[in-house]
Amino acid sequence: MTDTRRTSIFAVGMFLLALLVATTLLSLASGAFRISFLDLLRIIGDGPSGEPIDGVAHNVFWQVRLPRVVLAVVVGSSLAVAGVIMQGIFRNPLAEPATVGVSAGAAVGAVIAIIIGLNEFPLGVQIAAFIGGTLSTALVYLLSRSDGKTEVVTLILTGIAINAFAGAVIGFGVFVADDDDLRSVTFWSLGTLGLATWKAVGVVAPLALAGMLISTRFARVLDILALGDRPASHLGVRVEPVRLQAIAVVGLLASSAVAATGIIAFVGLLVPHIMRIVLGPRHRHLLWTSALLGATVTLLADLAARTLLSPAELPLGVVTALIGAPFFLLLLRSTRRSQGGWA
Amino acid sequence: MTTALIAKNLVVVRGNSTLLNDVSLEIKAGELVAVIGPNGSGKSTLLGAVAGDFALDAGSVTLNGNDLATLAPRELARARAVLPQQIVISFPFTVREIVAMGRSPWRDDNDDERIDSAMHRLEVMSLRERTYQTLSVGEQARVSMARVLAQDTPLLLLDEPTAVLDIGQQERFLAIARALVDEGRGVVAVLHDLNVAMRFATRVVVLHEGRCVASGDPQSVLTPVLLSDVYHQKIQVTTTMEGRSVILPEQR
Repeated sequence: MTDTRRTSIFAVGMFLLALLVATTLLSLASGAFRISFLDLLRIIGDGPSGEPIDGVAHNVFWQVRLPRVVLAVVVGSSLAVAGVIMQGIFRNPLAEPATVGVSAGAAVGAVIAIIIGLNEFPLGVQIAAFIGGTLSTALVYLLSRSDGKTEVVTLILTGIAINAFAGAVIGFGVFVADDDDLRSVTFWSLGTLGLATWKAVGVVAPLALAGMLISTRFARVLDILALGDRPASHLGVRVEPVRLQAIAVVGLLASSAVAATGIIAFVGLLVPHIMRIVLGPRHRHLLWTSALLGATVTLLADLAARTLLSPAELPLGVVTALIGAPFFLLLLRSTRRSQGGWA
Repeated sequence: MTTALIAKNLVVVRGNSTLLNDVSLEIKAGELVAVIGPNGSGKSTLLGAVAGDFALDAGSVTLNGNDLATLAPRELARARAVLPQQIVISFPFTVREIVAMGRSPWRDDNDDERIDSAMHRLEVMSLRERTYQTLSVGEQARVSMARVLAQDTPLLLLDEPTAVLDIGQQERFLAIARALVDEGRGVVAVLHDLNVAMRFATRVVVLHEGRCVASGDPQSVLTPVLLSDVYHQKIQVTTTMEGRSVILPEQR
């Protein structure tokens, strides 16, 4: 019994990996400047500093497209893993960094950091985003909890309030301060991978990797938390410390992503839900498969964002919201049914 | 297995109301202690206090001489298991996965054997691949009990374990509880059904408005006078032809 399941998890993992590789190659090849697959292989073979046969294609690949694709993979997997952990500790399938305001909190932290000049320091923006993201996670957690479980209504309403407040702060900040680093309100609220550089990748990747490695430690505990706080503590889980650590990891994953790309919504909602349908709710498998699918989904969304109206580019958040928001409504409906109405 | 849990002079206050007022409880290996009393008399609070769920306002709970608060959560989880009243599980875990969670304080070579034997005992083997949310209330209760059994602890604290079971399931459940006691485990069960308490308990503790008003062997504690007083209802105790005591409300 367990054996057949293990095979199917292995098969699903292989499939997701193959899908990610294929999507990565497709993303590297397509865009405003097309690179054929043969050229792609040649450029990769040349290496970043190799003698380029085609100078433009070489530069586009190494300086524009590859950092963008890598950033998409890192950010997409971070957001998906953050979604898995949030849903686990909130005991609620609707929790996700963007919808409940964690990403907005991180964005506020980043904007404030840039206004007061913290971006002069290494990791200054990321640390401020981390503080903003973690604080808003903790705030949502405190406000929407009752009897050890977060109610859907309070969760969503808290998210609306935090998002509205954060949106105002970001808008105000962008309006009064005239710093190029602040970028635009659109950048923060809709997100884009268009500003990807190796420097950005260098900052985000270690943080994201650290967050994902730490998250594997929570896998078993997140399963047990599904029983509720008290039954979990009866099984020897230190519920509150675990939850605080998990909130910090969510803050780390979401805020490093947001500081680099702005708020990309719904990836953290859609991806864990799909993986839960395919593999069941055990977090040991949910975490890494969601990371793979999150990377793929984000790559595909970014591919759509930059090719649909090429050479113009859509904000990435427009694409994820077009797919994610209707899905969110469906999920809201089914959650409501399973919880027997809102009241 | 000589585990003993001793609760002395427990006081629990919430806001203006005293939920437990100077209640003591002792549970040793090989005993089934039934906690009875009307709704709101503090039965579940007593169970929670003994389980170590919250800080006490006064009194102490010790496990083999050690204060509960000084024990590591995992150590405690290897000593006592708790069956809550109905629980809501937030994701579609299968029955097998839920029962397996009971092994979480151990995680050793015995896991598979203990999980299977617990599922057999509670007759939930055929449900193993079903998700918890699709089960009936009675099935859910048996799955939760199987999880508690898989935890394999010398002490079990059960909050109304038979409340949602039909009469057949209830009898089978009580046979399991008795077998657990015969194995040398200690069981504390909050019970609503006084006849169940009469038949199965080694000792009965009667709570009324947060106080312990009687405690001792069922025959001497469960008297018409005491019960009528505590439940505000005339109650009689009669004896059947086989010599069993039966507790009945008197008709108005």
